[in-house]
Amino acid sequence: MALDTEKREFKIIGTRPLRPDGIDKVTGRALYGADMVAPGMLEGKILRSPHAHARIVSIDASAALALQGVKAVVTASDFSEAKGELMQNILENCMAQDKALYHGHAVAAVAATSETIAKQALKLIKVDYEVLPHVTEIEDAVKPDAPVLRPDRRAKGAPEGTPANITNLSNFGHGDLEAGFAKADLIIERSFRTESTHQGYIEPHACLASMGPDGKADLWCCTQGHYAVRDMCASFLGMSLSQLRVTASEIGGGFGGKTVVFIEPVALALSRKAGKPVKMAMTREEVFKASGPTPSSLADIKIGMTKGGKITAAHAKLRFQGGAFPSGTIDLGAMCAFAAYDLEAVRAEGFNVMTNRPREAAYRAPGAPIGVYPVEALIDELCIELGLDPLDVRLLNAADKGTKSSYGPTFEAIGLKATLEAAKAHRHYNTPLGPNQGRGVSCGFWFNFGGSTSVSMSVNDDGTVAVTEGNPDIGGSRASVGMMAAEELGIPYENIRTIVADTNSIGFNDPTHGSRVTFSVGLATIEAARDAIKKMCTRVAKIWDIDPDAVMWEDGHARPAGENAGNYEPMSLAEIAAIASKTGGPIAGHYEVNADSAGVSFGVHLADIEVDPETGFSTVLRYTVFQDAGKAIHPAYVEGQMQGGAAQGIGWAMNEEYIYGKDGLLQNAGFLDYRIPVASDLPPIEAVILEIPNPGHPYGVRGVGETAIVPPLAAVSNAVSRAIGKRMRALPMSPPKILKVIKG
Amino acid sequence: MNKIHVTTTVNGDPVEYLCEPQETLLDVLRNQLRLTGAKEGCGTGDCGACSVTLNGRLVCSCLVLAAEAGGQEVATVEGIADGDNLHILQKKILEHAALQCGVCTPGILVAAKALLEKHPDPTEVEARYWLAGNLCRCTGYDKIITAVMDAAAEMRGA
Ligand code: FES
Ligand code: FES
Repeated sequence: MALDTEKREFKIIGTRPLRPDGIDKVTGRALYGADMVAPGMLEGKILRSPHAHARIVSIDASAALALQGVKAVVTASDFSEAKGELMQNILENCMAQDKALYHGHAVAAVAATSETIAKQALKLIKVDYEVLPHVTEIEDAVKPDAPVLRPDRRAKGAPEGTPANITNLSNFGHGDLEAGFAKADLIIERSFRTESTHQGYIEPHACLASMGPDGKADLWCCTQGHYAVRDMCASFLGMSLSQLRVTASEIGGGFGGKTVVFIEPVALALSRKAGKPVKMAMTREEVFKASGPTPSSLADIKIGMTKGGKITAAHAKLRFQGGAFPSGTIDLGAMCAFAAYDLEAVRAEGFNVMTNRPREAAYRAPGAPIGVYPVEALIDELCIELGLDPLDVRLLNAADKGTKSSYGPTFEAIGLKATLEAAKAHRHYNTPLGPNQGRGVSCGFWFNFGGSTSVSMSVNDDGTVAVTEGNPDIGGSRASVGMMAAEELGIPYENIRTIVADTNSIGFNDPTHGSRVTFSVGLATIEAARDAIKKMCTRVAKIWDIDPDAVMWEDGHARPAGENAGNYEPMSLAEIAAIASKTGGPIAGHYEVNADSAGVSFGVHLADIEVDPETGFSTVLRYTVFQDAGKAIHPAYVEGQMQGGAAQGIGWAMNEEYIYGKDGLLQNAGFLDYRIPVASDLPPIEAVILEIPNPGHPYGVRGVGETAIVPPLAAVSNAVSRAIGKRMRALPMSPPKILKVIKG
Repeated sequence: MNKIHVTTTVNGDPVEYLCEPQETLLDVLRNQLRLTGAKEGCGTGDCGACSVTLNGRLVCSCLVLAAEAGGQEVATVEGIADGDNLHILQKKILEHAALQCGVCTPGILVAAKALLEKHPDPTEVEARYWLAGNLCRCTGYDKIITAVMDAAAEMRGA
């Protein structure tokens, strides 16, 4: 898959056409998860644990089932046994088995003819709980006498004496740390803390499930990956994959949180039992209590630096809390922590610990923000101590092409240095600051992902083209996919219609995650177009009676090439399509791939913040994002990803946190008390796109969706620390917490 | 349970429905009238995804009882375009790519329209405060504010 940006001038790539689903979305016509109905539909509701940790002694649903209008009740016994530990964990998270593991864990579900009746029925289900001691904080969960969630989930191969709640040991790095620290002029070691945050998508999880007596089922739901939903649900219900067809609705945000299932298998089980379609939608309270928050974290970071700013050695010890199940996010945090730097001696190690909290779900670059934040915060402290410019220090240590990364692989062409230089040259970095104002800098990194992808493309008789792909469009991907198809085919963007098909229509697709869609689906779309072009050239070669290799494709036309050049009138795609039935039948292109050449991505953020020393209230004055996009297909949507990621990171840094009481109950399960940034909290966010092509994509695309949430945590923390002249080492930095540091 | 009979207008059309006393206007719009443009993001008045206007006043339809809407003029996102002709705000939201997932967009449009009807020439800060009741998790608001300011300028010019 060779990069061919050098040799081509783009016509459509890099422009900003309207998105094809736009009109539906500004008129209210677009159908999201909760917007679908079916004849005879029932409403499903879930009963959730009021306790943080409890044994479920018995469940008696007889009174609920006796209520008029109630059609089915399901509990854990209505599901099949899932295969493999991960699947078992996901199933148990959807429906508690012998124990309720957190406040809000699903215990039973009911389907009734109306929501009102379903809610009444929940009150009639009698659950006999034996309340158990609980634990919600990392420090407590690793104590020798801590309540143990599941003894059999402890990390395999853990050394003797490892606390039972510890899972997923992690360790990355290279070089001689001791020798590295010996070369340093200054070594600083600090501890940091972050709290759990939620993805905060505005659309709660919702679905409509319908299973017939023949065991065939249809599921409509808002998800980032309907193939993954199909596979999980089929496993949990004991169905074959072909029996379940899943259609992805329009999706109202996901950010990683809609890559697993919560209510979908429950709705299917209710539908199977009731023999009717069942609709379910979470309330916002349920979204907070029972869908994915991020891990909270503790970190000890030690970095040695020379007087000139060269990092001589770096070490991180990370502890993540990923809720009531094992979580591999610690690996990602440890891998990302030092990825921006070219280091001789580096190590990042850590573990995950289970607590009585909801199962952690991916959130935009999962693990990276909390792995990178403490490192970038400590580098800032070193810069201040040594009187060095924070961008110069990062430039001096920046990873580049050929750097052996802190997590193992050697980098190909990457854009970190160019991104840092762009930040340094930008007017933001040279704007003078006033009193009580500080400027923060941070780098950020994300791997990006490719994965399994299928695209097919039909050339219609009238010269328009239907592109069929299988990745829910969260932020304009139908536009970028249509643009790439149009560019490659050489036809107008308006002549393409791109749809996201159901699981029966094309091959498997990994979910819309890992910043993979514009990269992978784009790559498959370009290749599917090349497949269609090849077929069209073959048809034309037959008509002209020349060798297919003597026909070339240019500007949407087949043209005679080589010695035949000029001998025949070129034929347009529309002309070829119009006579397709006479030249061999319909023309279509397709491509299936497990793409493995996603280029890694770096970003640099600048944040200017003013802190009111009387109240601790902070205001973001200026914010600029610099990020390498490889090649920006639709720059407006690339900017949108950069701005949106920054805003989420600012929320994480300033305000957002899960708050658990001593009783183990979640205290702020709503948007009033879990405060995400609103329009008046933020300044304009400038997005500066750099384009250092990814050699692994035909147009040079790198994923852009996730990286932008990584730098804000430290950029904001460094800005606040510089504004108040004292170091902040815990997130979120809400006004009372800042005030405490100012006063302390 | 005794249902309440309500006569009202939605987007200029006469509408009748029966509702339960505790049912919200949002429930009736979405579940009975099948106007699913207004979304339930929270049900508690915190997100603005359910924004509609009642006699021109911006409200969260999840906080209005369906029974209260009797005899009033309800306007939803479905009524913003004039047939095939998009409202300037709708055009600007699209042109500026001011939506990603789009689930907040109906509420943003209803709220922004209410803003510009009251204050045709807002400052950017005023627009940000007016829209502070409409959560958007995707965009960071930058392009939304740009689109609203651009629409305001064009509407004043027109
Ligand atoms: S649903 Fe009404 S404000 Fe959120
Ligand atoms: S565009 Fe997704 S919430 Fe606003």
